[in-house]
Amino acid sequence: MSPVLRTVVQRLGLGLLTLFAVSIIIFSAVTTLPGDFATAILGQAATPQTVAAFDHQIGLDKPPILRYLLWVGGVLHGNFGDSFSSAGSLGGGHVRTVVSLIAPRLMNTLFLAGFAAVIAVPLSLLTGMLAALYRNSVFDRLVNMVTLTWISVPEFFVAYILMLFLAVRWPLFDTLATVSPGTPFAERVARTALPALTLVLVIFAHMMRQTRAAIMNLLSSPYVETARLKGMSPGRVIYRHVLPNAWAPIATVVAINLAYLIVGVVVVEVVFVYPGIGQLMVDSVSARDIPVVQACALIFAATYIGLNLLADIIAIITNPRLLHPR
Amino acid sequence: MTELEYWTQEIKRGRISRREFMGRSAALGVSTALATTLLTQAGVAETPKQGGRARFGLPHGATTDTMDPAGYPDMGTQVPFWGSMSNSLTVVDYKGEINPDLCESMEPADAAKTWVFKLRKGVTFHNGKDVVPDDVIASFRYHMGPNSKSAVKSVLQPITDIKADGKDTVVFTLDGPNADFPYIASDYHIPIMPRNPDGTADWRSGIRTGPFVLESYQPGVSVKMKRFANYYHSGLPHFDEVEFLTIADLTARSNALNTGEVDWISRADLKTLNLLLRNPKLQKTEVTGYGHYVFPMMVDVPPFDNVNVRTALKWAMNREEITQKIFLGHAIPGNDDPIAPAVKFATNPEPIYHYDPEKAKFYLKKAGMSNLKVNLSAADAAFNGAVDAAVLYQQQAKAAGIDINVIREPDDGYWDNVWLKKPWVAGYWGGRPTCDWMFTVVYAKGAAWNETHWANPQFNELLVQARGETDNKKRAAMYAEMQQLVHDDGGVIVIVFNNYVDASSKKLAHGPIAANWEADGLRIAERWWFA
Repeated sequence: MSPVLRTVVQRLGLGLLTLFAVSIIIFSAVTTLPGDFATAILGQAATPQTVAAFDHQIGLDKPPILRYLLWVGGVLHGNFGDSFSSAGSLGGGHVRTVVSLIAPRLMNTLFLAGFAAVIAVPLSLLTGMLAALYRNSVFDRLVNMVTLTWISVPEFFVAYILMLFLAVRWPLFDTLATVSPGTPFAERVARTALPALTLVLVIFAHMMRQTRAAIMNLLSSPYVETARLKGMSPGRVIYRHVLPNAWAPIATVVAINLAYLIVGVVVVEVVFVYPGIGQLMVDSVSARDIPVVQACALIFAATYIGLNLLADIIAIITNPRLLHPR
Repeated sequence: MTELEYWTQEIKRGRISRREFMGRSAALGVSTALATTLLTQAGVAETPKQGGRARFGLPHGATTDTMDPAGYPDMGTQVPFWGSMSNSLTVVDYKGEINPDLCESMEPADAAKTWVFKLRKGVTFHNGKDVVPDDVIASFRYHMGPNSKSAVKSVLQPITDIKADGKDTVVFTLDGPNADFPYIASDYHIPIMPRNPDGTADWRSGIRTGPFVLESYQPGVSVKMKRFANYYHSGLPHFDEVEFLTIADLTARSNALNTGEVDWISRADLKTLNLLLRNPKLQKTEVTGYGHYVFPMMVDVPPFDNVNVRTALKWAMNREEITQKIFLGHAIPGNDDPIAPAVKFATNPEPIYHYDPEKAKFYLKKAGMSNLKVNLSAADAAFNGAVDAAVLYQQQAKAAGIDINVIREPDDGYWDNVWLKKPWVAGYWGGRPTCDWMFTVVYAKGAAWNETHWANPQFNELLVQARGETDNKKRAAMYAEMQQLVHDDGGVIVIVFNNYVDASSKKLAHGPIAANWEADGLRIAERWWFA
């Protein structure tokens, strides 16, 4: 087995183990939340009888360990269960599966994350490189100042500022990013422009600074100096000698930011009324719709694990030394 | 009052016609445009126009929502699925009176122990089927029975039998007289739905009788509907299409209205309302509804078991200040009578509680105390501003030697762990359209939601008597006495009745706004139009 493959398999195994641990943590956390679905849904209208009827129908009257085993068993069979919100019906038959709730939301989130990433990743890497090459120049200082300012304000504030200028003062974009599964691609892009731009501004600085730091570090190392003394052009120095060694830290920071784009944008979703998975999870937590909460949390954990794994693989491939750890 | 204001008042009260008003204002040298604006503000707009696509921004709506009327927890479901897509047997109008909706008439029999509803002729569901008594029976039965998970299960408990009498009559038999039963039938949980072949009610298809037909529904995101061409009420609705968007974030809601992405928003941000209204294209509507914010105390827990302590606490609150500082004037101060002024038979019992630390001290002394230390549990889950109101109350009560210890409870699980559990808490009531309903649900002895544990024998006797009384004069006297009892002896502090403050584009026009629920009695899509 090639060393890369072995590492990947090892990491995957560890990832699954982490997921399993995460599932236990999620389940116990959700179980210890005060209140349950029936009281959350009925609010003041919850009488003991109606609550009991609800609990029985959605199986909340079973002991927690049994519920956990049933859930994990289902997930292993690819069945994430049914949302508690299908429990309102009397005659049964109307079932809302967790997958049917999550799938369109997840698609929306991935679309927004992809949209933001497509702009932010190339732009921040390029800016980072240029800033490293021309460090301490006016350009470098300006870029640093602007991006650090953006990252220092909370993202909802960035969102409101953008909204104020790009939607209210000069009505270029929509303030509501409401999309439905049937929305055509072009309209979807137009509607999500402002949230995507917000996210670009939020993640830009981190990636840019990391790229700049990684490259600057390498630029001052002896082998780069040698390359320069050989008479290589600056572009070739960067491309042939610096970048291969810089990929590892860059890939890591990109992975972290991509994961953030998928799991951490609930605030931006709320501000722009974007039907993403973050909002679904918040809704489900406040309604105590446990199957949906658990599935969302699992997806988030898997996203982090998967993207980090990808970053590791990129680091290993671009740096053969890592293939043969001592 | 200027002459123009006088005539505006007159047309508001319906004493002069629109035409007359325009003539009078022209005589006063007022431009037609200004006169029209005044008319709109007075709620007397021109003849409704047909057409247009209206978009409403609602503060609620969750992914867990369904079309199941057993739930309908908030505006996100109530406005589209009841107010736009459905009808009940009866409906409350802007004067607080009950009117027939899907029925033609409702008559009491057997001293209001039996109610006979004659169904309106020619009412069809969206699929073209006629509404028959079986549909009505199935729709009511849906909420009844041991397995019901409906929020109105307990309200419908008194119904012992429902049966059809011929092709167009439904007879309800109750376990005791209830002169207000038609009001219960107007509840938004009880839309008339088609009956399935197996006898159950079909809520899933979204096929109802209302002014709009469901087109698409994404829970927690949006509901789209189209005009129902065969709506029984000719001339209604005015819009061709409506869309309801869930915009939970306050700022996002304001922005959406500001940029014209929605035409109407509910629950405008009170703090920035004036800034919003600087936009010349926007207007606000403000209605005092039945909803009220309360601090209920359990009258069987010391020190609240002493009526003098309760009275002292009532005098120690400066409701006027709370109204101005916490609710920014968008509310009217309460008087510890939970019956809203807009409800039939409402009174304003004397003495009117206002801030009087000396009186509070006097009653405290009467209770044999010189000072008092009590805990008040509050969280903003009870109502927005509950914690602030409690803290302000704490400061006000100090002057009377009352030390209120405000305990900030978590929002999460508040209705579960704090309300009905701790002796003195913050709470909210959406209110009910009749005295009987409100009293039965919250103030009757042993009621599930009797948050004050109040069990006044005289009150409970009157409650049953008034329910069965069909003579309005006698009922008015009984309800006045009951309100006085709650006011004097009850354990509830009614802080304020809150206003429904909404904002909309000036393109939208409307008649007088109903106060029984938010959004023009939840039926905004049916009642409003584009001017």
